[in-house]
Amino acid sequence: MRFSDQFEQRFTQMLTHYPTKRSLLVPTLLYAQDEIGFLSSEAIAEIATRLELTDLEVRNVISYYSMLTTKPRGRYNVQICTNIACMLRGGEELLEHCEQKLGIGHKGTTADGLFSLEEVECIGACSWAPAAQVNYDFHEHLTPEKMDSLFEEYRNRPTQ
Amino acid sequence: MASLVSHPDEIKVVSKRFGMGATNIDHYLELDGYMAVQKALTMQPDEIINEVKNSGLRGRGGAGFNTGLKWSFVPKQSPKPKYILCNGDESEPGTCKDRLIFEHDPHAVIEGVVIAGLAVGSTTGYIYIRGEYRYLLEIMQKALADAYARGFLGKNIFGSGRDFDVYWHGGAGAYEVGEESALMESLEGKRGIPRIRPPFPAVVGLWGGPTVINNAETLASVPHILLGGAEWYAGLGTPKNGGTRLFCLSGHLERPGVYELAMGYNLKKMIHAVGGGIPNGRNLKAVVPGGSSTPVLTPDEIDVAMDFDTLMKAGSMLGSGGVVVLDDSTCIVKFALRTMKFYQHESCGWCIPCREGTDWLKKTLIRFHAGGGLKKDIDNMYYLSENMLGRTFCPLGDAAAMPTMAFIKKFRKEFEDHLEGRPCPFEKESTVEQLPVMA
Repeated sequence: MRFSDQFEQRFTQMLTHYPTKRSLLVPTLLYAQDEIGFLSSEAIAEIATRLELTDLEVRNVISYYSMLTTKPRGRYNVQICTNIACMLRGGEELLEHCEQKLGIGHKGTTADGLFSLEEVECIGACSWAPAAQVNYDFHEHLTPEKMDSLFEEYRNRPTQ
Repeated sequence: MASLVSHPDEIKVVSKRFGMGATNIDHYLELDGYMAVQKALTMQPDEIINEVKNSGLRGRGGAGFNTGLKWSFVPKQSPKPKYILCNGDESEPGTCKDRLIFEHDPHAVIEGVVIAGLAVGSTTGYIYIRGEYRYLLEIMQKALADAYARGFLGKNIFGSGRDFDVYWHGGAGAYEVGEESALMESLEGKRGIPRIRPPFPAVVGLWGGPTVINNAETLASVPHILLGGAEWYAGLGTPKNGGTRLFCLSGHLERPGVYELAMGYNLKKMIHAVGGGIPNGRNLKAVVPGGSSTPVLTPDEIDVAMDFDTLMKAGSMLGSGGVVVLDDSTCIVKFALRTMKFYQHESCGWCIPCREGTDWLKKTLIRFHAGGGLKKDIDNMYYLSENMLGRTFCPLGDAAAMPTMAFIKKFRKEFEDHLEGRPCPFEKESTVEQLPVMA
């Protein structure tokens, strides 16, 4: 299992941050997921070995955190906040619009593997609601029209 | 990223450097950056603690405990290392202030961590930032690297002969981790399940060592207190509620945004003058004054000073500073349901009153909003919430129960309007699938 140089560099640096190896687990899992797209059995085994844990201990932690997933997702994970502040300003309608536009529901992925959709809890954009995150990018003051142009923008992004 | 707003009534202390490019360490230094740490290095630990105690600074995460007092609980001598842990797991619905601090003034947080460390005799700090805030984690990583490069962190900081390390740490999505003992579990690489107390973190915290856990806004306030003095800071607010606070105005407002106002600022004025009032000719229906876990206030209850003690007396809480405003087109049952859906999702499941209570409440509210409720359900929900209060490992159970009780108590009529097969009066009939009444 190979991770990027940046991952390795960060991992080595983080080993010096804590008195226990296990403390690296949560951020390391997220960085690994960013590279592979999800936490594969192979990645879990690799991280478990490195941090001197069992696979089960790692899976136990994965299942707790809402951002971590063991299932592949689309290239762009569209996360619509429908929590109270966003709900008051049209978050639910926005989610509904995305469901129709993409033809998928909560935690679904489009057939071309480009988009996944997720209804998420408060992402800390309450004063700029309704808001969404596409992967890590925040998008605020959204409307269905703005959402459509975002889909276009991501669709046309060159793949790396 | 997130847009900034301003209002003449604002007193900019924590937000002083917002929009001024202070993420750049050189700009930060021009704006009195790292002066407070250098001052702290010349002070005795007790002097720092007293200064913060006398400033009336209280925890900005929501609990509102006096920060200096919290620091004073850390034992002077400890066989294990002591730690400072900055809580940047901001996730309380309605709250988006720490995000601006990390985005615009990350070095102020670092300074606060170091000063707290000098006050309690620690040499290591961690800044925990929620996983969704990846761009902020990157800003913080750069800020830390810059501070190390200048000799502000690491060995012999500012040539003082003292060492101090500050490390970043990223989460991966969990509201519960914002609770201080769950935060430590998460940092130790575990599920974010709260620890039983006592022992309190000030005595047994991270890896068993005494630990101070403060919210990011609290720590970012500390350097200003050291430079401006306790008296000045205390004078900005109301008695025992020193300084200013970032209020996150959201919901049905003309000008939502994050505003820094004096502690004790009038809520009515905050909504109508600062937030610009209710748009679209609508009327105010309710206000959640301090994040989703705080009991709702009705329009006749909002002529109130926004500080910890006054809101407590008014039967609510100042909480995290998230002011969510609801106009009269909002269905309270639906709002209560969305709130409960959140707590049910975020309950860690460790203790039964919270795990089962939030689930039952959510299911009942779903049924209720869909017309399938009975009159006795209203009292059942209240009774269930009442029985969660104070009976859970951590405050998440209370956070779910308190607002529910307030919704029922203050908007009982609206719950009754949903009963026995009647559709939600606020929705177009077709949008909510009706559920059968279960006798």
